[in-house]
This record gives sequence, C-alpha cells and structure tokens, in this order.
Amino acid sequence: MAQIFPRWVNSIPLVLAAVALVGAASVVGFFWYYGSPKYTDVGYRPTQPVPYSHKTHAGDLGIDCRYCHVGVESQAVASVPPTQTCMNCHTLVLPESDSLTLVRQSWSTNEPIEWVRIHNLPDFVYFDHSIHINRGVGCITCHGNVAQMIEVQQDKPLSMSWCLDCHKNPGPELRPTNQVTNMKWEKGEDHKTFSSRVIEEKSINPPIECSGCHR
Amino acid sequence: MNEAAKRLAAIPDRLEPMIEGDPTFETITERVSCVTEGKPTKWWWALFSVSVSLTGLLFFQLAYLFWEGTGIWGLNNPVGWGWAIVNFVWWVGIGHAGTLISAILFLLRQRWRTSINRFAEAMTIFAVICALLFPTIHVGRVWVIYWVMPIPNAMAMWPNFRSPLLWDSFAVGTYFTCSLLFWYVGLVPDLATLRDRAKSRIKKILTGIFSLGWRGGNRQWKHYELAYLVLAGISTPLVLSVHSIVSTDFATSLLPGWHTTIFPPYFVAGAIFSGFAMVMTLTLIARVAFNLKEIITLRHLELMCKVMLLTGSMVGYAYSMEFFIAWYSGNDYERFAFVNRAFGPYAWAYWIMISCNVLVPQMFWFKKLRRSIPVMFVASILINVGMWFERFVIVSTLSRGFLPSSWDYYSPTLFDIGIYVGSFGLFFTFFLLFLKFLPMVAMSEVKGILPQANPHHGHISEGGH
Repeated sequence: MAQIFPRWVNSIPLVLAAVALVGAASVVGFFWYYGSPKYTDVGYRPTQPVPYSHKTHAGDLGIDCRYCHVGVESQAVASVPPTQTCMNCHTLVLPESDSLTLVRQSWSTNEPIEWVRIHNLPDFVYFDHSIHINRGVGCITCHGNVAQMIEVQQDKPLSMSWCLDCHKNPGPELRPTNQVTNMKWEKGEDHKTFSSRVIEEKSINPPIECSGCHR
Repeated sequence: MNEAAKRLAAIPDRLEPMIEGDPTFETITERVSCVTEGKPTKWWWALFSVSVSLTGLLFFQLAYLFWEGTGIWGLNNPVGWGWAIVNFVWWVGIGHAGTLISAILFLLRQRWRTSINRFAEAMTIFAVICALLFPTIHVGRVWVIYWVMPIPNAMAMWPNFRSPLLWDSFAVGTYFTCSLLFWYVGLVPDLATLRDRAKSRIKKILTGIFSLGWRGGNRQWKHYELAYLVLAGISTPLVLSVHSIVSTDFATSLLPGWHTTIFPPYFVAGAIFSGFAMVMTLTLIARVAFNLKEIITLRHLELMCKVMLLTGSMVGYAYSMEFFIAWYSGNDYERFAFVNRAFGPYAWAYWIMISCNVLVPQMFWFKKLRRSIPVMFVASILINVGMWFERFVIVSTLSRGFLPSSWDYYSPTLFDIGIYVGSFGLFFTFFLLFLKFLPMVAMSEVKGILPQANPHHGHISEGGH
C-alpha cells in the first residue's frame, strides 16, 4: 500500500509544538503589554477647547489646586471650575488675549466651556475625592505632577489593580493633610513611622471588598 | 472435555456469548466500518435536519439572550436559579455514564463494556458540551465568563476559591478534557482501520492525521494499553468527584432542603442512573438503525438494566433518607422544606420524580422485563424525565425560603423551554455526526473479546493440551 504522507510529515508535531509555544507566549505578551491600561489609558491627552496651561497657573504662578477645584475636600468630585473662576483674574490679567476669546464668550453668554474629561472612571465605580484628600493622599498620587503639565494628560493607569495596590498598602502614599496639593513635597526618612502613626490615628482601613467601590 | 475446558465453560462469559452471530475479526470491521462509509440514509438526513434546525434556533435564542439579558427567563426574586441550572445538572449527570463505562468498568474488567463504551463516551462528551453551555449563559454577562479562570489581569480580579461554583468550573472542565482524551485515545486504532479502508484521498488524509501513524505493531499496542490504563485511572475518581462537586453548589448554601451531607453520593448515583438511561435510549435506536444487534446484544442491555435498578434504588433510598432526616432533625425549617416538596405548589413535580425515578426501575427486578426492548426503551426515557424533575424539585426549593413575604412561584418562559429544546438540537447534531463519521463501536476492543482472541481458542474443541 502506498504511503499517504511523505516523510517530512513526521516533523510536523515538533513544528506545531514550537509554534504553539511561541504563539501562546506572543498572545499572552501582546495582551499583557497592549491590553493593559498602562498602555491603553496612560498618556491620554485630548485637545482642550481653551489652551489652558496647568504649568503656568499651578506651577509657575503657584496657584493652589483648590483655588479652582473647590469640591475636592468636601465632595465626591473635585469639580471643574466655572468660567467665573477664570474671570476672577482675567478681567484684569490679559483681558484682551486672543487665546481667551472663548472664555470671554462663555462669560458673556453664560454657556459653560466644554472641557474634555481626562480622568474618567467607569460608571460602576464609586470614587470620592474628599475621603482621599482628608486622609492625606496627595493629588500627585493619582494625577501625576500636574504643575509641570502644559496640557494635562492621564499619568496613572487608574485600573482596578492599581487602586487595590494602594488600598492594600496605603502607607507609602500618605502625607500630612496640609501637603496634599504640594507637588514638591518629599517623604522624610522616617516615613514609615509617620505613615503608621497616621494610619493608627485616623484608623485608615481602605475597603478591598467588592462593595467598597462597586456600590 | 478435560478439566481446563470445563473451567473455561464455567466462566459466565461462556454462558451467553457477548457477541452473537459467530463473528470473525473481519465481519466486526465490516459491520462497524460500513456505517461510516457510503451515503447517509434518508432517516439520518431527516433527523440531522431537525437537529440542525433546533441548533439554529438555540443560537438565535442565545443571541437574543446576550442582547436582552437573563430577564427573558422566568427567574424571579427568590428563584434565582431556574431551568438553566436544572438543565446544567441534568446534562452533566447524563455525561456520567460514559466515563463510568469506559473507566470504572474497564478497571473492573467488565468486558461487556466494549460493545457500548465508544457510544457512551461520545454521549458523555456531547452531554458535557450541552451542560457547559448553561452555567456559561446563566452568568448573564457572558463576555466576562473568563473571570471564573484564574487569569492575572489589570483589575486584580481573582476567583474565590472558597466558592463551589468555582470548583464546579474546574471539575466539569477537567472532566471534559479527560473524557475527550480518553475517547480519542480509544479511537486511534479504529481510525487507523478506517484509514486503511478509505477509498478517497481526502478521507485517507483526514483519518491518517487523526490515527497518528498507528500501524498496530506490538510496541504500539503495548504503549497504547498502558496509556489507556493510565487514562482510566485518572478518569475513575472524576466519575465520583464531578457530580459530588456539582452537588456542593447546593449543599454548601444554608438553605433547608439543600444543606445536607447526603447530596454528593446521592447526586453521583443519580448521575449514573440518568447516564445509563440515556445510553440505553440511544443504543436501542442505533442498534436497530445500524443493524448492530449482534454486537450490542440483549445481554448488554440486561446488564445496563441491572445498573439502572441499582442506581435507581440508591436514588430512592436518598429521597426517603432526606425525609427521614428532615423529621429526625427536629428542625422546623427542614421539615417544612420537605413537606412543601411533597405537598406544596410543586408537588406535581415531586410525584413525577418519585414515579419515574423510584417506581419505574423497580420493574427491572423481573428478568422478563429486563429483556424486553419496548419496556426498557420507555423506562429509559421515563427515567430521564424523572431525573430532570429531580433537579427541578431541588432548584424550586428556592421558591419558599425562610422569608414567607418573598415566596414566589417560578414558571418558565418560552425562552427557558426553547433553550432547553435547543440544547437537544446541539446534542443530536454532534451525535448524528459521530454516528455517521466515526466507528460507533470500539472495533479493536470488541475483537479482543471474541473467542478467536483467546490464545486457547481452537485448542479446546480439539481436546486441549
């Protein structure tokens, strides 16, 4: 009886095994790298309607974050400032500037400027700014050094595992509450004693069960 | 006759031949292979078109389910597990006969298994596929079903290893993998037979690939037998573990009527019971349709009836023991759950279950009924109806829990029924394809139990030596 398969067919299982191994490793590697929010979300920098520079305002001029984001200490949302907040200064500072045309227009018509949201958690996540600020988690922890960003971009992955890393071990991210908005604050050498004292005093016990954030 | 011949004659196998019609190796090959060769019959086409249509209907309903959500089912507040879980347990249970016949009976040297094992294993695999469908769609958000697997991810989501639902996905997954391997390893020598008989180039290549270069040499047989033995050893505990774990889905929750230690053995007995009934139903049809009456004989069928009598009685014992313990525990809630089962709003389901599962198999005490084809055909179908209702009775326990204010009656919608019916389409589509394209009887194994395969064959009649 004639052979059905030529001799080289014998090598197919070996080749298949090798391809399967490399293939599996590639698929895992692909999703590991390109599927992670570290790749898909970090660096998101949409063009805003007004060329507002955080570096100029928060960095060079040193305006505190809370001057504009007024809700951050007491509410769930930090709040995007209304046009009126801009005009507190810009009636006097650069009142004629071309780049502020849209701001003046919004001020006169009472139509808000449509800023593009960058840090956008899914709707099924309950997040409250005030508790984080009041426990001493700095703005920089989640938003990066905004004072050095001309245009703001997402700096951290904001993935669930990233949230949980800190919820399981909040110590390294804690600072004195009067330093939460300070982008230049650095940990002291005895940060461990400091953080364990704060955790003790404020009985910080971040939720890690599902209903902590998915209410 | 000399002494050796007398002893051989005393072996029960000799009392009634396992294979009738004085077959040879050649006629066995011919009988089984010819089904896979040539065009399918009209009957096959008729059944296949019905099955494929039902499968199509299943997929349409699944698409609508994924779009609309599980609200299209009759689930309500107390009854969060409806037909989907009933069907899951039912199909998994049916899947138990295959491994029992192929693994446990193999280890126990029950040689009559060879005529039906291929059949039963195929049925197992297709039943487990249908079973896996139901918990998958029951999660509602089927696109995140991978959450049941421990896959590292950016959400730090990790399955809860204390949950029996997780054990379930591992148990059934393992069971499916092992059954598939077992089935395939058993198929290799027979696929080689088909390859050697194949006329067309495509069939030669396909059977050639899947027979993995089998030549039937001594060394190959030696390795093959060992591999088969190892797989039988691995599969044997699975027969007991899978349905035990399925039962823990219920038994670990603190619900009267579910929270009992009798569940694992009771579920395993029920699973084997329903599995044998399903094998029986399918075998009775196939042996007539494909003219295999000499290979699958009345003796095989009678032995299967005995297994059903045994497991059916075990299930009946479990039902009565549940009642006894409910009374003996002195616990009001436990007592209520069982009285409610037998006399509450679902009493009709309970009594269907009792009559089909406990009363019907009792007639197999009589040899005449054990050997009557129409009787066993009807009985095998009734048993599977009864076993479906057993799971329904268990799930409907939910409708009357601890809180009377939230009691509610569960009734299925058209989609509950349609998806269940559709799963039959899926099962029979697979099964008919198997009947048409693969040898439905393990030819190589049946040859092994022919008198010719006995090294002493031929010598005895000549006076022995």
